[in-house]
Amino acid sequence: MAETLPAGVHPFPHPHLLAIEGLQPHEIRYLLDEADRWAEAGRQPRKHDDRLAGLTQINAFFESSTRTLLSFEIAGKRLGADVVNLMAGSSSLKKGETLLDTALTLNAMRPDVIVIRHESSGAVALIAEKVGCPVLNAGDGRHEHPTQALLDALTIRRRKGRIAGLRVAICGDILHSRVARSNFHLLTALGAEVRAVAPPTLMPANIECLGVTPFHRMDAGLEGADVVMMLRLQLERMDGAYVPSTREYFRHFGLTRARLEAAGPDVLVLHPGPMNRGVEIASDVADDIHRSAISEQVEMGVAVRMACLDILTRTRRGEWGAA
Amino acid sequence: MTAILFRNARIVEPASGVTPADLLVEDRTVSAIGPNLAAPEGARIIDANGRMLAPGLVDCGPFRADVEACAAGGITHAILMPDQSPPLDEPALVERAERLGKPTLWVRPLAAATQGLKGRRMAEIGLLQEAGAVGVATGRAAIADAAVMLRLLRYAAGLGLVTVAHAEDPGLTAGAVATEGDYATRLGLAAAPAIAEAMQVARDLRLAQEAGAAIHFACITTAEAIALIRAAQAQGQDVSAGTTPEAFMLNETAVSGYRSFARLSPPLRAESDRLAVRDGLADGTITIIASRHDPRTAEEKRQPFADAEPGAAGAATLLALSLTLVHDGLLPMHRLLELLSLAPARRFGLEAGSLAPGKPADLLLFRPDAPWRIDSGQLPGKGGNTPFDGLPVMGRIDMLLKGGEVVFG
Repeated sequence: MAETLPAGVHPFPHPHLLAIEGLQPHEIRYLLDEADRWAEAGRQPRKHDDRLAGLTQINAFFESSTRTLLSFEIAGKRLGADVVNLMAGSSSLKKGETLLDTALTLNAMRPDVIVIRHESSGAVALIAEKVGCPVLNAGDGRHEHPTQALLDALTIRRRKGRIAGLRVAICGDILHSRVARSNFHLLTALGAEVRAVAPPTLMPANIECLGVTPFHRMDAGLEGADVVMMLRLQLERMDGAYVPSTREYFRHFGLTRARLEAAGPDVLVLHPGPMNRGVEIASDVADDIHRSAISEQVEMGVAVRMACLDILTRTRRGEWGAA
Repeated sequence: MTAILFRNARIVEPASGVTPADLLVEDRTVSAIGPNLAAPEGARIIDANGRMLAPGLVDCGPFRADVEACAAGGITHAILMPDQSPPLDEPALVERAERLGKPTLWVRPLAAATQGLKGRRMAEIGLLQEAGAVGVATGRAAIADAAVMLRLLRYAAGLGLVTVAHAEDPGLTAGAVATEGDYATRLGLAAAPAIAEAMQVARDLRLAQEAGAAIHFACITTAEAIALIRAAQAQGQDVSAGTTPEAFMLNETAVSGYRSFARLSPPLRAESDRLAVRDGLADGTITIIASRHDPRTAEEKRQPFADAEPGAAGAATLLALSLTLVHDGLLPMHRLLELLSLAPARRFGLEAGSLAPGKPADLLLFRPDAPWRIDSGQLPGKGGNTPFDGLPVMGRIDMLLKGGEVVFG
């Protein structure tokens, strides 16, 4: 626990946030505790805090995104940073510049923090080696999406009061999901029992090595669950490539009210968005404010990203002691 | 030209063993081996002082004719893959490739099996053979269409050519950059199951048997594929297999941290497969060790793992890495040199791999126990993309002779 750390020990001694894997439980709790405070601040009429005033935040998104980019932009602006967005379509990667040259170019702009999304696993860590400021991974290939796992955990903790001992079922396209991988690492680190539920074609090999239990049938996977996290299934993977069709997928792996009722009495439903209604989740489940925390996840996303931006830039400036 | 007399050498004759002797080079050939040879008038005398004297290495299937790296690596013959730019599917291109390394490196090209190496229509294999091709190769990928492969094997057999096959099922490995398993799952890399190799080997063995063709699998890395080849050899089928130092020294853990220098084709495998490759070398199932030298620029390698080009620069480190098999007691010295010179020379009809009097004086003088450290920044040749950067190894090459001329050292 962060509060039991000896005086003078940095509660989050990392220059970047590239992955959940490798973080200590007390470091994850520290990020969540900080994010909790920003969540409260975000509900005040005046949301602004100027601690990042004068700092430059670059959001470099080499893969398209709407909600994550918006969330990071709002988080940076609420902290007073000068936020600049670099979008894939307009980047010179399309003109043949190597990723490392792009990284050096970004670095020469002397940013104070860079948020990166890239379609290749490991790409964000590669860039982080070449720049002189904190880097936040906003999703790299199928590898990790750490702030998504943090916002999921924060949402669960606020709704359920804890993470340890909960049974969490993560369902859908696990094979291609960085959200699933980050969540596996985070939730198992904090003591949850994690299940991976997917058809065999969308389940990575040896998934047990990540400390989770695989299920190929939805009903068995959901049994006794406290939390169900649905993953988005890309439509191009449902035309017979990985599953035969949308309707067959929904029949076997869609989250319906009946499945939810059978799972348990008080199951919390999460989805990282954007949702495919009628493909992986039924509309009435998604819209049930007692069961679904999908909107709250979006809110917690801003809080988590504010916490990460604040902590990493304070560490960089050597001001980590002052909260 | 000047005669050279090596005194007090340990002569490594791949077919038989290691014997202490003197060796005399006259008129570009080995003229005598024996104790206390008399030096001819004006001969240069080199005291080997117990160092090893072996035939120059025959590298089976490098992707580049990298003269500088080969000279430093003790390689006198390179059986060049047809994956050049453009691919070696025209007689003039084969003739040009053959001249690439002379006089220090003799390049013996493999013909592209199909036009443009696209795997659809046969190239002019007969004309390519006349132009100097010593075999025919499918290139970096297997031929997906079994009918095309069968016709190729039949046609090549009719010309007396060995077909060099890439052993990865193209469908299973499409888009994959790693072997399915813990590491690929953890890193989130697109992966193919290791059986992709055995599946291709099973198909191509069966097709080669049907065609009555000689087949060589360029790089074998899995236990299951080795078992299939071992069984086929036991039944008398004309099949040989090669492997690389990467396959017997590294496993999939080398890709952790997204080290793109460890992105290879075929990809690194599980530890059990690495051990099976060592067993296959020890029992003679795998007949050839090759560098598959594939120098890449930093721009091609310093990329996210999946975006980096596959392949490693291996010519300069081939001997030192392979000597680990001798130091580990897995192979005697002459057997290792057989895998590195005589076996590929025989398979593809090259006059190399022996120091018997009358043979060309392609000589490698080396100290098998001399230590050094591999430094990717200091590798001779065109690329520093080695997955062995920083590794301490034993085995230093002091001198290389090609046709009696000193080309290194």
